[in-house]
Amino acid sequence: MDLVLMPFLEAMVRTATPLAFAALGELVAERSGVINIGLEGAIIAGCLGALVASGADSAGVGFAGAAAAGMFMTAIFAFFVVTLRTDQIITGTALTLLGLGATGTIHRLLHETGATRGLPTMASIPVPWLSEIPVIGPALFDQKLPTYALYAFVPLLAWWMQRTHAGLALRATGENPEAARAAGIATQRVRWSAILFSGLMGGLCGGTLVLAQVGSFNEGMSAGRGFIAISIVVLGRWTALGTAGAALVFGAAFALQYTFQALAWPVPYQAFLAFPYILTLVLLASLRGRAAAPAALGA
Amino acid sequence: MEALIALWDGAFGSAYAFWSATLVRATPLLLVGLAVALAFRAGVLNIGAEGQLLAGATAATAVALAAASLPRPLVIGAMIIAGVVAGALWAGIAAVLRRRFGVMEVISTIMLNFVALNLVSWVIRGPLQEPLRIYPQSATISASGRWPLLIEGQRLHLGFILAVACAAAAWWVLARTATGFRVRAVGAGTSAAASAGGIDTERTIMGVFLASGALAGLAGASEVGGITWALYEGISPGYGYTAIAVALLARLDARWVAASALFFGALEAGAASMQRRAGVPSVVVQVIVALVVLSVLALARWRAVAAERALVVRAEGL
Amino acid sequence: MTARLALRGVRKRFGATVALDDAHCEIRAGTVHALLGENGAGKTTLMRIAFGIITPESGVIEVDGAPVRFRSSADAIAQGIGMVHQHFMLVPAMTVAENVALGGRGRFDRAAAEERTRSIGRETGLLLDPGAKAGELGVGAQQRLEIVKALAHDARILILDEPTAVLSPGETTELYSWLRRFAAQGGTVVLITHRLEEALEIADDVTILRAGRTVLESAAPGLDSHTVIAALTGDPASSSDLAVAPQERPTAPTDSAMHASPAGGDAVFSLEGVGYVDAAGVRRLSDVNLWVAPGEILGVIGVEGAGQRELLRILAGRLQPTSGTVKRPAQVGFVPEDRSRDALIPSMSLVENFALAGASSRRGLMDWSRLDAETNQVINELDVRTSSADARVATLSGGNQQKLVVGRERAVARAALVAENPTRGLDIRASERVRREISARRGTPAPAVIYHSSDLDEVLAVATRVVACFAGRVTAVVPPATEGDRTPYAKALMGVE
Repeated sequence: MDLVLMPFLEAMVRTATPLAFAALGELVAERSGVINIGLEGAIIAGCLGALVASGADSAGVGFAGAAAAGMFMTAIFAFFVVTLRTDQIITGTALTLLGLGATGTIHRLLHETGATRGLPTMASIPVPWLSEIPVIGPALFDQKLPTYALYAFVPLLAWWMQRTHAGLALRATGENPEAARAAGIATQRVRWSAILFSGLMGGLCGGTLVLAQVGSFNEGMSAGRGFIAISIVVLGRWTALGTAGAALVFGAAFALQYTFQALAWPVPYQAFLAFPYILTLVLLASLRGRAAAPAALGA
Repeated sequence: MEALIALWDGAFGSAYAFWSATLVRATPLLLVGLAVALAFRAGVLNIGAEGQLLAGATAATAVALAAASLPRPLVIGAMIIAGVVAGALWAGIAAVLRRRFGVMEVISTIMLNFVALNLVSWVIRGPLQEPLRIYPQSATISASGRWPLLIEGQRLHLGFILAVACAAAAWWVLARTATGFRVRAVGAGTSAAASAGGIDTERTIMGVFLASGALAGLAGASEVGGITWALYEGISPGYGYTAIAVALLARLDARWVAASALFFGALEAGAASMQRRAGVPSVVVQVIVALVVLSVLALARWRAVAAERALVVRAEGL
Repeated sequence: MTARLALRGVRKRFGATVALDDAHCEIRAGTVHALLGENGAGKTTLMRIAFGIITPESGVIEVDGAPVRFRSSADAIAQGIGMVHQHFMLVPAMTVAENVALGGRGRFDRAAAEERTRSIGRETGLLLDPGAKAGELGVGAQQRLEIVKALAHDARILILDEPTAVLSPGETTELYSWLRRFAAQGGTVVLITHRLEEALEIADDVTILRAGRTVLESAAPGLDSHTVIAALTGDPASSSDLAVAPQERPTAPTDSAMHASPAGGDAVFSLEGVGYVDAAGVRRLSDVNLWVAPGEILGVIGVEGAGQRELLRILAGRLQPTSGTVKRPAQVGFVPEDRSRDALIPSMSLVENFALAGASSRRGLMDWSRLDAETNQVINELDVRTSSADARVATLSGGNQQKLVVGRERAVARAALVAENPTRGLDIRASERVRREISARRGTPAPAVIYHSSDLDEVLAVATRVVACFAGRVTAVVPPATEGDRTPYAKALMGVE
């Protein structure tokens, strides 16, 4: 049993890490009332940014490059959606196409092929003592740095959203921007900041993929994670902790397919891959699911 | 410069290029572009055309394989119906979620895209898998299910005619029938449509949503019956998303979707040639598409802001 | 004694309209000050200036005798002024404490904010559960929240704009007694209201505006409603350009009792016990009984929020009452106030907009050539200035748009027409034309017309019988003995017996 359960848990956390980065970014954007469907473009930009910046042989610089690339993409999105007030959905789709196309083009121009030779990925850092806890120890505490960063960041974000006036202002902007303005909040600035943050996190998601997991760049390697992030936010009911948990659910779904192959169970693994989406739909259809969405989302 | 020539050549440079590359690629884009344009026009944000296309493709494949021994016209007719119905049903899930439960269709249609992807993934490894059970794809459709080609030696198939017919029919219905008028009214002014016209806006929107799914499903059936002759993963290289660009460039107008689809079809056809001959990565096409969309958006906003200012000037009697 | 808050010589224009012309107001500390006036007199504008939302062209604002300039409401708040608007500015999904704390900086100490809310509640009696979600509160509680928000910013001068419009009688009494206590403890209250009797009961001082000017400033006790009404209405406006041509107006029936059976034939409209409670649970209409005969032009008057909006829509069939019965013709024409949103689709052509009426029941193909002909008929009859029937409605001026709407509604619904502020935003010529067209008697039997306008003179010029809405009730107005005496109407608007 251990032979199956432990790799599964480890894979679950590992898969959930980049998803969580992206989803947390999307969470903040949506809490300000903006659906960032262009997050996919930020993620793939982050992948390329990490590749380009990692030439300096430092993971830190690589992540910085990833974050910067992601923020750049979403800055375009913010300009159109907040300043020009174009439609969020259409603009976001354009950003996704732009990101995928631009990164593919730039990469080919740099490297002549669609993929790069492998980069050394970061090493796992086992936390002493904690990583020896039976069953869950290795899964949670023998991971790479980005995962540990999330352990710190998720509670921080949850605290920030509930316990600072800035967090209050963010939530008010996403619920009733008119009331927020009446209270003196600069809603345009709030949305710009939220969108840029989502780009930063999307970039870090891409950076994690390249620098900590895959070790190379492939065209389209974001693989729909931007859209998955949107689903995660919904399943997580627009809270930071919920989003982290939902990311684990999606990570579990992905990890399960390998488990199933190992166990040769008759249930088609696709059912489990599809399960988180169906669950999200069911949740949305129930009253509590709908009530959790920011009231001014998409407006 | 050489790249642009290669692009043009790839799209229009030869008979093959035009009939078999450009128009063939334009066919699904026309249908899905129409689906998206109709939906967006009525205020329904249908991002699920991808999933609806896959549903239609799956249904058409299943029907073609099951009914292989029937005469060709029957099989093809069944494939068309299956594609349309499957696409409408797939969209119907999101439509019902919207109407009965108030679920934002932006989110639900995206989810359903993923569900559809997984459905296809299972189907081609399971019930519909090819007889050797080695490859993740369906059995190849026999001659009874292959849609007739329109020109000797070219790949252009029946789907193209259906697509053009649908576009023409859509335009005609919108412009000339009472139902079409209601759809246009609800999309252009929901409140006035309800108050002055007494129109049941939710019912109209539901109808548009289903029709949108039906068109996307037909696109799926068309691809299977006309080009691929089998179902496999990646049968749609993101048509559902490119369709948003197609619809937008056509300003959501059924009359212009055909031209827009032709443009994008040409772009994609020329992109491969451009890469081969001039070394410009074909993905640059996506950049072009994105820039086109952003420009259209910016232009539309500019015009809207200018119009608002004009109204304000008039109202203040200045 | 220096006034706590004083405004003098205030002038403000909005485009071509003069909203305030030498308005002034002196509010003493520790008082409840009622600001009265008819629709459009400038009350809300004056107080928005006092709160810093609007800047006047000229005028002086003084707080405790010292002149101040407000560049935004933040400056006014700093001077201790708080405003509770007619339409609440709350975040429904957030708690009471969060709504109160909104707009602060730095860390948000939830416990401290909740304690602050509670302590304000203890001091003032405005009790609220700090952890409750604002969206789940009743309307009265939401209003208390708006006041607590103002008080949390240390407001000592509270301006309330039509606070009782959405309150039940019980909640109104509670609010008023709280306002009196607030004043007794040294706070200052400015109350913008239409409810004359209530105002005179609770206020210490009264300022009356008419057409942007201050026409009366007085202590409230000893002021009788008759003087107030006289000040409100002033000299009868010259209505020569408003009058409908004499031969088109029938003699007004001397018996204007509401339940008068129409002479011969059925009533076109018949309402019995009609009530309406809106989605937020606020009662907008109670126990309305009304008959309208063919050929009548029923004038409906009422201030915003008095219930005529719902009444008109129920008559027009666009809204279902929550209680009582309605009998009306199958097709009732409706000319709503917000024409570009509710009556027209600006991006569509005149023909298409004409075709909107009855669109839900059309079948098969649209007969565009016939619709084109019918539209052109309306264009010619009503002199709608347009380049063609295929031009987009957005290119038409307001007056021409309205003429199109009236023409369309009359063409489709011959028996009845409901008009809501049909001449709003129109120039004089277009107004006259629209008025004439609405009140024209064509066809047998002549249509029944329901005509509402916030301009009292206009209603009087057009109507054969007048009813007034006040706080959800509809009452007949007995015409005055002397022509041109507007007192009974002004009283009905204010809810004075």
